[in-house]
Amino acid sequence: MDALFSQLFAGLSLGSVLLLAALGLALTFGQMGVINMAHGEFIMAGAYTAFVLQAFIPDAGVSLLVALPVGFVVGGLLGLLLEVTLISRMYRRPLDTLLVTFGVALVLQQLARDVFGAPNVDVRAPAWLSGAVPFLGMNLPKTRLFILGLAIACVVVLSLVLKLTSLGRRIRATVQNRDLAETSGVSTRATDRLTFFVGSGIAGIAGVALTLLGSIGPTLGTNYIVDAFLVVVVGGIGQLKGAVIAAFSLGLLQATFEYSTTASLAKVLLFVVIVAFLQVRPQGLVSVRTRSLA
Amino acid sequence: MLELRGVHVGYGRTAVVHGVDVEVPDGAVVAVMGHNGAGKTTLLRAAVGLLPVRSGKVLLGGEDVTRWRPHQRVRAGLAYVPQGQQSFGQLTARENLQLVADVAGSAGARRLDEALDLFPALRELLGRRAGLLSGGQRQQLAIARALITGPRLIVLDEPTEGIQPSVVAEIEDAIVQLAGAGGLSVLLVEQHVGFALAASSRYYVLESGRVTADGVGGAEQEGDVRAAMAI
Repeated sequence: MDALFSQLFAGLSLGSVLLLAALGLALTFGQMGVINMAHGEFIMAGAYTAFVLQAFIPDAGVSLLVALPVGFVVGGLLGLLLEVTLISRMYRRPLDTLLVTFGVALVLQQLARDVFGAPNVDVRAPAWLSGAVPFLGMNLPKTRLFILGLAIACVVVLSLVLKLTSLGRRIRATVQNRDLAETSGVSTRATDRLTFFVGSGIAGIAGVALTLLGSIGPTLGTNYIVDAFLVVVVGGIGQLKGAVIAAFSLGLLQATFEYSTTASLAKVLLFVVIVAFLQVRPQGLVSVRTRSLA
Repeated sequence: MLELRGVHVGYGRTAVVHGVDVEVPDGAVVAVMGHNGAGKTTLLRAAVGLLPVRSGKVLLGGEDVTRWRPHQRVRAGLAYVPQGQQSFGQLTARENLQLVADVAGSAGARRLDEALDLFPALRELLGRRAGLLSGGQRQQLAIARALITGPRLIVLDEPTEGIQPSVVAEIEDAIVQLAGAGGLSVLLVEQHVGFALAASSRYYVLESGRVTADGVGGAEQEGDVRAAMAI
């Protein structure tokens, strides 16, 4: 029983990391259809933001809490820059977008190597996140609980923004029917930029969170980009709740496979399951049903 | 109010509209008629900015808006109700209207209420997803959305096409009411020649992307227009 709960928590914890990495992508890829291979590097930028800030803010706890919004802004600004300079010229050309953003990813990795050096660096975790919380005979690491909470908070805030705010309505309208949004008085270009800013900003937050799990390096983002795309595709394009369900399902599956096999084999099995799933349900977990196509 | 001067429009290498002149005076209802494929929708899409004009000019209130983006034209008073009862299917009816009210600023809330007074049936459906509404309800929603932008001119592309007869009458009444209430100009593309002529003060017949007949509107012109369209 203990092993079951412990695996369940490991799965949830892995799912929350996947969710944080994929949530921004659910906006930029899921909602806007932009294949941004540099999304992982925005995660990396968020992580290095936390690293830089700890040099200025001695208290690790304060530094972490400051790094979250600053990481959001850094990731967001990088995304905005990419959108304005390159991606905006390539809407409806997915292959070109993929290649160009892959190039940008390599440039950003090298930039990080030049600025911070090739070896991995550590970001101190605050004292209040060290140790574990005993629960049903298990010890749940506080950092993992923090990331779980952060992922849930990000989903809730993003859902509320999409559902209740004027910006959210503009984003959803633009995604559904760009021409109709324009002729409803919405500047779809401005909306694209804002959407990209928010999506990339969430990647920055994910990067800050990842500093709690281990040392960080220039290739941090590459470890997450494939998984993040998998989460969005399995979840169903354009649906936030699909990404949430997919992230936790994949996390639980991977944890279960890892428990019964090895880490590498678990990954293989996970891919097999995803390929089989997409054969049966190519539209992903959650699809959109309406009476009209518009 | 709106002037299209020698407008040429096309898709890729295909030219669809060849040097068309259309004028919608202040407060007037102008009908554009023609068979399928005559270039009516292409002309309207160019007028609202969804298609680039290859040559010629689009003037709105005397100002050259040929290079303006659609949302800038909307904010300058040009509203558009496209063909096919388009709405944001995954947004509720209320969100469809609120979206436009947000952009309209302080007047948005009042206009939203006025639009619902015009189509009271929509009040009951505000919480429903627009994609689940019937064609007629979606068209009412589309017209309501256009009205909330606070237009000086409303461009309607086949507003009664594919809609059940009882709702067609409501939509036609609303168009007549809006045009009669003062100030609002209407540019109307309509297959229903009888209604279009009765409501309009001027008409144009479009064929193969060119104006082949035009004149003063009114129900009594129906014979001439049908002859020009060879119906």
